Amino acid sequence: MSAMWVATLVSSLICYILKYLGYAIPESFLANPRVQRINTLIPIVLLSALVGVQAITNKSEIVFDQRIAGVAVAAIALKFKAPFPVVIFSAAITSAAIYNWL
Amino acid sequence: MARVSLSKAQVFRDSMSVALPVGTYGIAFGAAAVANGFSVIQASLFSILLFSGASQFAVVGVMGAGGSALSAITTGSLLGFRNGLYSMRMKPILNVQGIRKIFAAHITIDESTGVAISQEPRGEAAMRYGFWATGIGVFIFWNLFTLLGAFGAQALGNPSAWGLDAAVPAAFLGLVWPRLIDKQSKLIAISAVAMALILTPVAPAGVPIIATVLLAILFGWKPKA
Repeated sequence: MSAMWVATLVSSLICYILKYLGYAIPESFLANPRVQRINTLIPIVLLSALVGVQAITNKSEIVFDQRIAGVAVAAIALKFKAPFPVVIFSAAITSAAIYNWL
Repeated sequence: MARVSLSKAQVFRDSMSVALPVGTYGIAFGAAAVANGFSVIQASLFSILLFSGASQFAVVGVMGAGGSALSAITTGSLLGFRNGLYSMRMKPILNVQGIRKIFAAHITIDESTGVAISQEPRGEAAMRYGFWATGIGVFIFWNLFTLLGAFGAQALGNPSAWGLDAAVPAAFLGLVWPRLIDKQSKLIAISAVAMALILTPVAPAGVPIIATVLLAILFGWKPKA
């Protein structure tokens, strides 16, 4: 089985188990305030890291290209409270324009 | 009776006003999955089986950046952890058993939990209805739009020529943006970007992303001053 398939199926299984656990276990350490605080921060660090890696790296190198301009425009759109599809489209259009014509 | 159905209609409207726009983000996911080398079927399976947007984007994002399946799964699972906390929150309200519990768990995500909690002033019946309506609504729209995005990206070809390579980080930015509510969270976000970029040349792909969990532990260890 290819790595793609492993990633697809195993991550789906684990994420389902995580959802189910909350209903299955009676009381839990998850109610601990420290775990709650850390859990609130986990999406912030992972999603932020993904923004950086997806926008400014290629394999194991730091690469500055058209993607940064796209993400910068997305940030401006978010600043002005644009809806999600507008954010994505404005990033894509900016990046594609630079890629194709500059 | 009239009052009950009136409030049900209101809850339904609240649920759909969340489910439809959120569901349309599925286009971005389907496109991102295909742009990062997944097939249309795999993209679709993510939305059917995993069904949690941030985790889905993370798995395809890490794999697309050259990461191993293990780092992709770890990142996706860490992001899926919060759904377990939502389940704990929803458990006493839904009070589900058997097959309903299996389905309830599957649709326990940001949006279904969020709408359910927002219905608290209308009572537990409204919370339950909001949970199911939103969860099922997001599931349907999310899957339809995933297919649309995946087929669309497949038809387009070179991801860079269509800006899909920028759409993926923009999607992550859109997902993290509403969570950056104060100075501390912004500082943490910037630290995470810096840490991931510093580690990128020296650590195997995927690891720089997972490593930022250390920042979450560090900053979350003690209550905010």
